[in-house]
Amino acid sequence: MSGLALVGLSHRGTPVAVRERAFVPLPQAAELAAELAAGGEAVCLSTCNRTELYVVGEDGEARAIAALQSLSGLPAGRLSAVVYRLADEAAGLHLFRVAAGLDSLVPGEGEILGQVRTAFEAGTTGPVLDRLFRQALHAGKKVRAETAIAESPSSVSSAAAALAQQVFGELDGCRVLLVGAGHIAELSARSLATRGATIAFVANRSVQHAAELAGRFGAEGIDLAAAAGALAAVDVVVSSTGSPGHVLSRADVEDALRSRKGRPLFLIDLAVPRDLDPAIHELDACYLYDIDDLESVVASSLAGRRREAARAEAIVAEEAEGFREWLASREVVPAIASLRAWAEEIRSSELARARGRLGLSETQEEAVESITAQIVNKLLHPPTVRLKEAAAGADGGSYAQAVRHLFGLGDADA
Amino acid sequence: MAEYLFGFAFLAYAAAAIAYAGDARRPGPAGRVATWGVRLGWVLHTGLLADQAARADGFPWTSWAGSLSLFVWLVVSVYLVWGCRSRYRLLGLAVLPVAAVLLAVARLGGGTGAGRRSGYSTGFLIVHVGLLSFAFAAFTLSAALSALYLWQERRLKSHRPAVLLGRTPSLLTLDALTGRTIAVALPALTAGIVAGFIRLGSDGGTVDALMAVTLGAWAVYGSYLVLHYEAGWHGRRAAYLALAGFALVAVARLGLQVSHFS
Repeated sequence: MSGLALVGLSHRGTPVAVRERAFVPLPQAAELAAELAAGGEAVCLSTCNRTELYVVGEDGEARAIAALQSLSGLPAGRLSAVVYRLADEAAGLHLFRVAAGLDSLVPGEGEILGQVRTAFEAGTTGPVLDRLFRQALHAGKKVRAETAIAESPSSVSSAAAALAQQVFGELDGCRVLLVGAGHIAELSARSLATRGATIAFVANRSVQHAAELAGRFGAEGIDLAAAAGALAAVDVVVSSTGSPGHVLSRADVEDALRSRKGRPLFLIDLAVPRDLDPAIHELDACYLYDIDDLESVVASSLAGRRREAARAEAIVAEEAEGFREWLASREVVPAIASLRAWAEEIRSSELARARGRLGLSETQEEAVESITAQIVNKLLHPPTVRLKEAAAGADGGSYAQAVRHLFGLGDADA
Repeated sequence: MAEYLFGFAFLAYAAAAIAYAGDARRPGPAGRVATWGVRLGWVLHTGLLADQAARADGFPWTSWAGSLSLFVWLVVSVYLVWGCRSRYRLLGLAVLPVAAVLLAVARLGGGTGAGRRSGYSTGFLIVHVGLLSFAFAAFTLSAALSALYLWQERRLKSHRPAVLLGRTPSLLTLDALTGRTIAVALPALTAGIVAGFIRLGSDGGTVDALMAVTLGAWAVYGSYLVLHYEAGWHGRRAAYLALAGFALVAVARLGLQVSHFS
């Protein structure tokens, strides 16, 4: 067929110790692709979950395996146990699934689409890989637009941010109070900040630690005792201290609500034991979620993603079928073009010879020109259609070869 | 002609309502079908009203059923301004079934015919009936927004694991949109009432039940605006108040099957 080969290893069956050795940073990925292409085409897609080499050309698979072996440092026997090799439309379908996030650890995760695009842009592409990657990117976008696979969060911190959006809409302008200055607080702060929220205060027992974390977000570090006083000036509270008791009570929040003029307050308690009095949730316009609530939201969201995955698979299969047909048509298009060129050559040369003998007027010449062209078109129409139909099936190559043989058209590469 | 326009408009609204139900179960193509159903239904309904206006001698929507058809058209018109966005599709699930049913009721009551000539001037009827119908339509939308707010708030309060599944507007957006819709509708209601009272003053007459209920709705929505923008009434309390106002609108629009002009 096209000589498209894919050799790769991924989180499905390859331990992280091997994946990290096979990981190729972007500049080297571009160099590797250029080297592997060797006059043909190659793309190296390398992420934390996979390293895949797409090659079009002679011995593409063998060269890709050699490259992967050199990257991973695994002996041939061990490498062949974890590596997957796919060709032509199977390789195409695989990339479509990857771009759609269907082969990811978390179905529908959005980062992979950007990684596929980056790999494509850094690759050495020609007609096959250009078409394949463009169509895969299109399929990835279509899956995200037409299904809800990527709409729900897949981690506790992103679930917290998504819940805050359910209350406030866009988080631009929303002010956040972090209670606690540990790693979890920082992760949540990043998730909120990437969605537009402003980290306003970091409250901690150690004001020095509070100031350190606050400095990273352009916020103000305050003492833990001052946290209740800051409630009136924020919209979201994220708490994750190691305190044995409640850091904020219902009375603290009730006091703050008086000056908020009905504006809601969203509170996330990531601490165990809990930092925030559960009774806060009973207050009007207050929404308190603890770690169990968030984990059940994530679990439900992942279940939703898996349900949507079935719809996404159908979209990917449809798009992959389009690529398969295009790939197959590449086998017969040169044969059709040669056949038509051959017929046209005969028609025009015979017409030129007859023109002198017949002594036709200009109008008559135009009529003869048109009639002969129509005859040729009508004669070639059925074999053209049959060839295209054969290409859509699996016999395109043999039909193309037969046409070349019967009409003496020479080799495709000639 | 009117029969066909009514029939197809009704079918388009009904199809949109069914498609909205499908979209609520599984977001996707059904949502787009619903959106186009609303648009098509609105165009056909507009054609129906234009046909009525062309055939009528004067303002054709003075009867209870006639003004109901105009009211449905206005509800869908206001909904179309922003309701077709994917985040508001749940609102369509509340609006379109009601629109389809009310259009059918208007048809059964003879509200899609040419109507009878009223003793009142066409200019007065356009101002009075038109403004009141527009205000009632906007209040209906604000009630749907408030209902959606309460539903969404309940989901967030109940800690349902599936709270993030499905596309819904945020609480703040719903609260703000309800306030703005009422802020636009109340001046229209006020102007319509003032026009009615000027006419009542010149012709002589008494305040009937329909007028009393409408004045009650005006008082509730006036209070809403003062409390919402001046006293910081937001969220659940404001949503309940908007629904209370709508209860009076529903009584005026549907409960009292009377019109002053037929």
